[in-house]
Amino acid sequence: MLKTVRSVSIADYAKSGVLILPLLSSRKRKAEERRGKTVRKKGQERLLQGNEAIVEGALRAGCRFFAGYPITPATEISELLSVRLPKVDGTFIQMEDEIASLGAVIGASLAGVKSMTATSGPGFSLMQENLGFACIAEVPCVVVNVMRGGPSTGLPTSPSQSDVMQARWGTHGDHPMIVLCPSTIRECYDLTIKAFNLSEKYRNPVILLVDEVIAHMREKIILDGDKPIDIFTRVKPTVPPEWYIPYEDTPTGIPAMADFGEGYRYHVTGLTHDTRGFPTSRPDEVDAFIRRLFRKISQNFTDMQMGEVFQTEDAEVAVIAYGCVARSAKRAVIDARERGIRAGLLKLNTIWPFMRTQVEKILHTSGCVIVPEMNMGQISREVKRVNKGTAKVFTINKVDGTIITPQEILGKIREVC
Amino acid sequence: MAEVTKLIHKYLRHDKRFPHVWCPGCGIGIMLGALIRAIDRTGFGKDEIVMISGIGCTGRLPVYVDFNTLHTTHGRALTFATGVKLAKPKLKVIVIMGDGDAVAIGGNHFVHAARRNIDVTAVILNNSVYGMTGGQFSPTTPYGMRTTTTMYSNVEQAFKISELAITAGAAFVARGTVYHAKVLDGLFEKAFLKRGFSVVEVISHCHTQYGRLNRMGTAVEMMEWQREHAVTVEKAAQMTGEELRDKFRIGVLVDRELPVFENEYEKIRAIAKGMPTK
Ligand SMILES: Cc1ncc(C[n+]2csc(CCOP(=O)(O)OP(=O)(O)O)c2C)c(N)n1
Ligand code: SF4
Ligand SMILES: [Mg+2]
Repeated sequence: MLKTVRSVSIADYAKSGVLILPLLSSRKRKAEERRGKTVRKKGQERLLQGNEAIVEGALRAGCRFFAGYPITPATEISELLSVRLPKVDGTFIQMEDEIASLGAVIGASLAGVKSMTATSGPGFSLMQENLGFACIAEVPCVVVNVMRGGPSTGLPTSPSQSDVMQARWGTHGDHPMIVLCPSTIRECYDLTIKAFNLSEKYRNPVILLVDEVIAHMREKIILDGDKPIDIFTRVKPTVPPEWYIPYEDTPTGIPAMADFGEGYRYHVTGLTHDTRGFPTSRPDEVDAFIRRLFRKISQNFTDMQMGEVFQTEDAEVAVIAYGCVARSAKRAVIDARERGIRAGLLKLNTIWPFMRTQVEKILHTSGCVIVPEMNMGQISREVKRVNKGTAKVFTINKVDGTIITPQEILGKIREVC
Repeated sequence: MAEVTKLIHKYLRHDKRFPHVWCPGCGIGIMLGALIRAIDRTGFGKDEIVMISGIGCTGRLPVYVDFNTLHTTHGRALTFATGVKLAKPKLKVIVIMGDGDAVAIGGNHFVHAARRNIDVTAVILNNSVYGMTGGQFSPTTPYGMRTTTTMYSNVEQAFKISELAITAGAAFVARGTVYHAKVLDGLFEKAFLKRGFSVVEVISHCHTQYGRLNRMGTAVEMMEWQREHAVTVEKAAQMTGEELRDKFRIGVLVDRELPVFENEYEKIRAIAKGMPTK
């Protein structure tokens, strides 16, 4: 799903980040609402930090269990949920480490409760073992990783985007992974809801990859209150327990999931298993299983790939960016246009599965692509991989713990044009 | 015999492909028998029970029984159990671990589950060795013993699992052996009915790895060793420290009332609901 933003007016620029709507009288508001317009209501308009918006999104999506271990720059998520979850009959627990946190999250999800954890680099490394378990046992869960500079303890309070590849391949073995990345506070909220929906739908862990800038930045946001939104909850078996095949190979590739304690007694294991959940090493069963794990994701790419194109139709130079860098990139594109350079932007909200089709299109139409990243070139490597020689790919790699500014991107645009 | 057959039919999975993975004569099977008898006596329904394990020969146990079963990662069973229990407190959660699983790689989770006093029963089969990976030393291998990674001699001191659980704050701690199988039934039963973190340490044998390397004989001979070295708690109270030097106590070691995590958290929910949201 690609959103298109066309004009270069300041209002549009603001739309990408801050939602500014006029406060209306209640009569006027009702009239507007009847016409299906988003209206600003007192009390719903909030000035939120990225981490706070993630909390609001999680609660809205139905998250009722959180287990975590404190770490900068993700701590606010734990602190807030420790206050909010018990109010809604949910559970917050601070575990002894991140391994335990994800273990508890998976356990709670198996018992039927939407669950989440949040961490940063060092904790994310510890979670890789159980992340693989969630993949192989197909347990829905959301893992927020607020990226900071690494490796190791690295730069605890500085932003980075260097966990892009770890999010994809951090746990061992062949496995699919869904990774979403917000670049505004609105997206922190929306993509958290989306993360829960996708994990419930596809029975796969979903990683929300946030950078420290977005996690700690504040923007105005209007929460949707009680407005109906799409909330997806795992499909449960409808057959009687004796007919239930917990890891059945259906055309969708996604088996129905029974909660523990509901009469469907079945076996869940981290060992490669047959359709009934029992360990197997029979080559035909192993092969079918691993391929189904990939198939359930690969045949639904369009459902999980989200992004935004801005001024790309006629762009001679295009920027591909994500997270906080996409904000600088948008500014740079606007400034470049003012200088008469036909620049455009493809913003990735889905990092994995990699948005190959959209990237290929940009590579084809623009001929000249810049990938600015706060790492040594993790997404640019993917862009170069899918480039069939139709475009020149340039990179900006910043690894000093500071953000990439619009000026730096504009400089590169002018340099390559 | 008819009684045993009835229990086997009731609690073992009919659709699971046998044979099982264990060596003939292994103590894990004896422990499985005691677990089933105890569960039957406590009257918990099969749907109510979640049996969770880690990795190892012992960790393979839940796959054979007809409950909600969860075979997790090495050492992490208690963390998954914490999530299951808190998400659905009405479930009876039983965790099955080996000694390496529980106090080496999972040692941190073990002490914290005990400290938290979460309402879960932890059953630890202590065979003093890493059975599954081929007989390497574990944190419960006694000083001076041979294993495949201490071929000269083990120079480390052994953990005492039950004593560790008591110090960490478990509400109920008992120790038994697979030799005293009938006694084990009773210990399990008490543990299952206890509210709070309950631990049963089961002393067992691994004759194929540990026994072979230390010339301890057959499974039967190793079980005789258990009989000779186990002393009931009552009898131990009459013995001197010197007499107890190479013995271990069996029976209920601790049974105490401590605040249970779920009950305490329920109070937090009540307080939280009384506070306005910003
Ligand atoms: C993270 C990790 N490290 C190592 C292993 C390999 N491994 C499998 S079982 C095991 C030891 C099991 O010993 P114990 O818990 O005492 O169980 P037993 O086999 O003796 O019943 C090890 C080290 C693993 N599965 N996972
Ligand atoms: S290796 Fe040892 S612990 Fe494992 S099944 Fe054989 S006897 Fe039992
Ligand atoms: Mg062992």
